[in-house]
Amino acid sequence: MKPMQKVGVVLGALLILFWCLLPVAWIISLSFKTQKSVEAGSPGFLPSDSGFAGWENYSSVIDNEQFRRAIINSIGISLIATLLSVIIATLAAYAIARLEFKGKRFVLTTALVIAMFPVVSLVGPLFDMWRAIGLYDTWPGLIIPYMSFTLPLAIWTLSAFFREIPWEMEQAAQVDGATAWQAFRKVIVPLAAPGVFTAAILTFFFAWNDFVFGISLTSTEAARPIPAALSFFVGSDPFNRPASLLAAGAVVSTVPIVIIVLLFQRKIVAGLTSGAVKG
Amino acid sequence: MSTYVAPRVDQSDRTVAENKLGRLLVAPAIILMLIVTAFPMLRALWLSVYDYSLTAPDDRSFVGLRNYTTALTDSLFWSTTLNTVFIMVVTVAVELVIGFIFAMVMHRIIFARGVIRTSILIPYGIITVVSGFAWQFAFSNNNGFVNDWLPLVGADFNWFGQYGSAMAAIMVSEIWKTTPFMSLLLLAGLAQVSEDMIEAAKVDGASWWQRLWKVILPNMRSAIMVAVLFRALDAYRIFDNIFVMTAGAQGTESVSFLTYRQVIEQFQLGMGSALSVLLFLSVLVVAFVIVKVFRVDLAAARREG
Repeated sequence: MKPMQKVGVVLGALLILFWCLLPVAWIISLSFKTQKSVEAGSPGFLPSDSGFAGWENYSSVIDNEQFRRAIINSIGISLIATLLSVIIATLAAYAIARLEFKGKRFVLTTALVIAMFPVVSLVGPLFDMWRAIGLYDTWPGLIIPYMSFTLPLAIWTLSAFFREIPWEMEQAAQVDGATAWQAFRKVIVPLAAPGVFTAAILTFFFAWNDFVFGISLTSTEAARPIPAALSFFVGSDPFNRPASLLAAGAVVSTVPIVIIVLLFQRKIVAGLTSGAVKG
Repeated sequence: MSTYVAPRVDQSDRTVAENKLGRLLVAPAIILMLIVTAFPMLRALWLSVYDYSLTAPDDRSFVGLRNYTTALTDSLFWSTTLNTVFIMVVTVAVELVIGFIFAMVMHRIIFARGVIRTSILIPYGIITVVSGFAWQFAFSNNNGFVNDWLPLVGADFNWFGQYGSAMAAIMVSEIWKTTPFMSLLLLAGLAQVSEDMIEAAKVDGASWWQRLWKVILPNMRSAIMVAVLFRALDAYRIFDNIFVMTAGAQGTESVSFLTYRQVIEQFQLGMGSALSVLLFLSVLVVAFVIVKVFRVDLAAARREG
């Protein structure tokens, strides 16, 4: 590389880091400001000497019953939705990658169309139906609608992964004397597991991030997930929110996701790009 | 390597069996997807021809297409549509440029590769609502930092006080959050451009700029188009940031936001359903226009063409 290019790449890398981390650093900094200094209006990036709150905001967030419930709801609902959708998508993706059958394109097209679907369009009818059959403000009342965006994503990601698996190896193992089950477990499962895992992480992300269903199909802390709970934290006046407290809540609800990202970045990149580009 | 020859099975029997098994395995997925989308959508279609408010459920009456004509002749519907299209066009265009620069850097970088790739996923992983909050507080003239940092902007400038700057703040949060996704898709596209071709162009004396426009970009056309299509449809559904940052104040409502407000806040299920159907149709129009105008070849992008 020419020196000019090298400088460009280094500057670019710094720009990327700045871009990605600035709002994160900002919300962390905000979460350490005292309520008083924020209300008094103390602009600036870092907390002032007198306006440093320590862990005060965090302890009040963690002591907050509604917030704790919301975290539990989010974890439970997202995990169940992920589990169901990955199981069902694995069956479908296996069939798409491995078998010749009529209607294959139909499945992929349906999934693609649904992935483009504006979820707000579903809110009205679901709101009406859920109230009629008693699913409003319950866990299943969110888990079922989450399938509308987690399933297409999982099917696309998984079918892209499964297409790369050399399925003949299973038969080769059987020829070498393995039973059908051994061949499947020892050969196919280890090859397929990373793909399934990637699909699960992406699906979990989507479910954890949902906001529209979360605010429309719940009314109490019985099922309200964390993004919705944060937006309803105190009052509905968008111009007078308890900023530092909310920032602490935001950090708490974001940390698990960021840890997942840090641990599995390679898989996530592979999943995101294969799902969308290679399909 | 010796090739393994499958045991001879009657071809037609095998086809029938595969057909059956294939359909059995995809059935749960198809049934579930239709239950959670097609069925509610059909119900929205049905509700949309009624005057139906949850505050007076017994007064439901059939009104034909009146909800649609009301919506389509109301300036509010058109102003939200215009807002949504404006947000979509600006954010996708800006993301395409910044995302491409990021992708070029990630493609060429040798040191700290893992660190950069990990950090680029951070905006992607953060809840949209949280990024909305972060940017709302950042732009706040009361306790933010943007006014401090930006030259030419007074310390008291209220970003959420008028239409233009409020929209700018919303778009900044949207662009921040989704540029990484764009850049990862473009990075995958860049990886598919053959280095040999670039080298050949270099030997022929093409400048960096010429190589970019004549070799690199045309060869990643399908990746770019898929990225644009995905992001555009995603941007058209914009809701979370607007809800958090302005709650629709200063005329910053999107079509999704208007629909949500009709159904959930005002309990106008008939009118809200008509808006749902219109929103769905506009997404179809956007998809159709992008696919036709840019001739996106999804099959080729999936390497099947």
